[in-house]
Order: sequence, then structure tokens, then C-alpha cells
Amino acid sequence: MIEIENVHKSFGPLEVLKGIDLTVKKGEVVTIIGGSGSGKSTLLTCINGLETIASGRVVIDGTDVHAKGTDLNKLRQKVGIVFQQWNAFPHLTVLENVMLAPRKVLGLSKEKAEEIAVKQLTHVGLAEKLGVYPNRMSGGQQQRMAIARALAMSPTYMLFDEVTSALDPMLVGEVLDTLRMLASEGMTMICVTHEMKFAREVSDRVAFFHQGIMAEIAPPEQLFDAPQHTETKKFLAATH
Amino acid sequence: MFSTALTWSDLAFLAQGAGMTLAVTAVSVAAGTVLGILFGIIRFQFGPYWSAPLTFALDIFRSVPLLIQLVLGNALQSIAKMGWPPFTTSCVVLSLYTAAYCTEIVRGGIDSVPVNTRRAARSLGMSWWQDMRYIVAPLAIRVSLPSWIGLTLGVMKDSALVLWLGLIELLRASQILVTRLQEPLFILLLCGAIYFVISLPIARFGRYLEERWSPND
Ligand SMILES: Nc1ncnc2c1ncn2[C@@H]1O[C@H](COP(=O)(O)OP(=O)(O)OP(=O)(O)O)[C@@H](O)[C@H]1O
Ligand SMILES: [Mg+2]
Repeated sequence: MIEIENVHKSFGPLEVLKGIDLTVKKGEVVTIIGGSGSGKSTLLTCINGLETIASGRVVIDGTDVHAKGTDLNKLRQKVGIVFQQWNAFPHLTVLENVMLAPRKVLGLSKEKAEEIAVKQLTHVGLAEKLGVYPNRMSGGQQQRMAIARALAMSPTYMLFDEVTSALDPMLVGEVLDTLRMLASEGMTMICVTHEMKFAREVSDRVAFFHQGIMAEIAPPEQLFDAPQHTETKKFLAATH
Repeated sequence: MFSTALTWSDLAFLAQGAGMTLAVTAVSVAAGTVLGILFGIIRFQFGPYWSAPLTFALDIFRSVPLLIQLVLGNALQSIAKMGWPPFTTSCVVLSLYTAAYCTEIVRGGIDSVPVNTRRAARSLGMSWWQDMRYIVAPLAIRVSLPSWIGLTLGVMKDSALVLWLGLIELLRASQILVTRLQEPLFILLLCGAIYFVISLPIARFGRYLEERWSPND
């Protein structure tokens, strides 16, 4: 379970998160929508401790992420994250990209790491690309590789930050299909997305962010068809 | 027909000089690179503000002519009663000189690794050290290699200045022969050719590595 309690976060004078509360239970899929600069990406990086917070708490399975003695490297093993910008390790082949963390972080043998990597890459439809370097692949393939790389650590939770928004429209579908597949397999996920149709399909709940506040959170039917908050209405009207 | 008074033993003398050039260069580049990596990481990690004193010190080594550094370094070590032989003094000064340039190369290399790539590594649970070792180092080395090869070749040529401390390296050896045999053109040509021959493998090795890596970038 991920428990986010009254999280505040500033970059210099700019308060980006103004008291966020959100609890995500095992198996749940929560998507976050909202305008640019509303703090969606920042929240995800605060969840896995890439960014510090000013106040509040993020607790993952009982571990306070931002507490002093927390072993973040250990914690991150169970919270996978995939970013908007494709960030393959360019000097490694696709297979090596996925094998690296299982080998070095989990300490698995080469054989075991390779077995897991091949399995995950096959899962996302990249079985043909094992020996290829990332720059020889499309953006969609690179994103799927990034997903496989995160999954190879057998995370309990997955965070996705607009993983399709830097892609050609043609390639969005294949990545969304991968996310749908994960959701249907019961993965606990927080997805930041601009794909409203996708959000409606996969989400248990949809959260709307506005200027550092979670203005509204509700099941997709309610949030999309009967939004309560005026800003949600405005935002949905603008995106349709 | 071309004739010269140069004997085999003169050639051996030149070869010894070349050996000294190589020894000074190898020690200085090795030590300078280790220091440069250390300082480069410090500069990157602590940011411009906290590493300002280090940057300032290194700027001195980069801006004061090497000859002055060598002479001052030698004077300092004798004032401090270190009792260093000229070879040690030369290597110490040249190492710091190399380190000053290498620091910038290393910092630039680390800087060239995208923040997002590093975040991805850390997000997978890799420690700072693992990120450095498996992601930053390979990518930064690719970027820095051409400058580092250039630095090494430069240091090899600059190492000729250690003759001022009395070391007989390649250039000094040539000078001695020129004075004795009065064949300046031939001997300097030979000296230049030897510099070229010992540079060649270094430059070639650099190009080989670049070509080996380039298809993946
Ligand atoms: N490292 C940083 N330093 C300073 N300001 C930052 C930093 N990261 C984000 N910000 C600022 O924080 C605010 C929120 O950024 P964030 O990336 O969380 O928004 P977002 O909701 O993900 O927007 P988008 O939809 O454009 O991705 C923005 O105003 C942004 O400029
Ligand atoms: Mg964002």
C-alpha cells in the first residue's frame, strides 16, 4: 500500500505540491490527469524518493520513504518507474539494459538475470530485439524496453509518468497496450497520462491535479461524466 | 651521398632520452588522470560553489607556464628539504599540471550524461556508486576519450621542459648531439620522427576505441 499524507514540496519559492493525500491499495490502478506544471511528475518522484519533500509523509508498505534511516536503494526495488523521456542506457544492448539491475542490485547470477530479462522483454513484445542497441529502436520500443527493465526487478508498484507523450501518435497504441496488459494482470499502478480514453478504461480511480492540489479524485465514470470541481470541468472541456 | 657522424651509441643515447620522455609521461599521465578523476567527481558532485577553492587551485596550474611551475616546484622542494631527485620533482609537477586539465575533461564527461539516464539507474535501486560505475563511467569515458588522448600527447611534448631540471629526455639528448656533431637538421628531424613514432600508438589506440564504440551511440 502507498500512503501519501499531506505532502508539501517546493522548488525554491515555487510550491509545487500543496498538501497531497492519496492512498493506493495493492492491485489498484490510479491515474493522474491535470494541466502542465500541476505537480504530477513531482509527486511520482517524491513517491520513490528521487525528490525530497518539505513536509508530510509517503509510506510504502509501512516504510516511511523520506525518514532518515530509510534504505532508498532497497525501497526502489519494489517501486518501478518509467519516465516520459526514453532513458535507455545507450551503451548497453536491450538485453543488457534489462539485466543490469537484477545482476548488480539483486545480485542474481548472469543466467538467472538473463532468464528474467528475456521473459520480461518477451512479455512486452521485444523478444526479437535482445541484441540490439537502444538507438536502433523506435521510441515506442524504447519505452517498452524501459517498462521491461523496471518489471525485471519484480516491483510491487509501478509508476508511469506520461510514458506515451513523447511518442509519435502511431506508437502510442503499442505502449498503452502494454500498460493495459499490466493492469489486467493486477499490477498496482499510478499512471500520469494525457490519454483520457486509456484512463477511463484502466483506472479504478482518476485523480485530477490543479496547481499542486488534488482537486478531485473519483472512479472514472464519475470523474469524466459528472465532474464536481469547476477546474476539472474546464480541463475536461479543453481536452475533448 | 648522405653521410653522418651519428654512431650507434649516439642512437642508443637518443633511445635512452626517448625512454625518459616515456617514463615521465607515463607516470605523470597515470597519476594526473587518477587525480583528475577524483577532482572531476568532486567538482561535479559539490557544484561550482563548494568546489571553488579546488577550481581556483587547478586554474593556477592551467594558467602558469609549465616551465615556471617546474622551476618553482624544484625550488620549493629544495627549500622544504624534500631531497627529491629531478625525476620525482618533474613527475610531481607534471602530474598536477595534467590533473588540472584532466579534471575539466572528467567533469565535462560526467556532465554529458543526461540527468534522466542517471535517474533511471537510481530508480532501479542502483546506488550512487553503481550508477557511477555502470552508467556514468562508460558514457563519460566515450565522451572524454578524444580530449584525454589530446592531453596525453600534449603532456608528452610538454614533458620536454623537464630538461630544465637536468633530466636528459629526448629533446635534451638531441640537443647534446647537435652541439657535439653539428648536424642540427638531421638530428632534430630524427628527434621529431621519434616523437611521432611514440605518439602514434596512443593516437591509434584512441581512434580504435572510438570506432569500436561509435556504432552504439
Ligand atoms: N527540478 C526542478 N527545479 C525547479 N522547478 C521544477 C523542477 N521540477 C519541476 N519544477 C517545476 O515544478 C512545477 C511542477 O512540475 P511537474 O513536472 O511536477 O508538473 P507536471 O504536472 O508533471 O507537468 P507536465 O504535464 O508538463 O509534465 C513546474 O512549474 C515545474 O517548472
Ligand atoms: Mg510531468
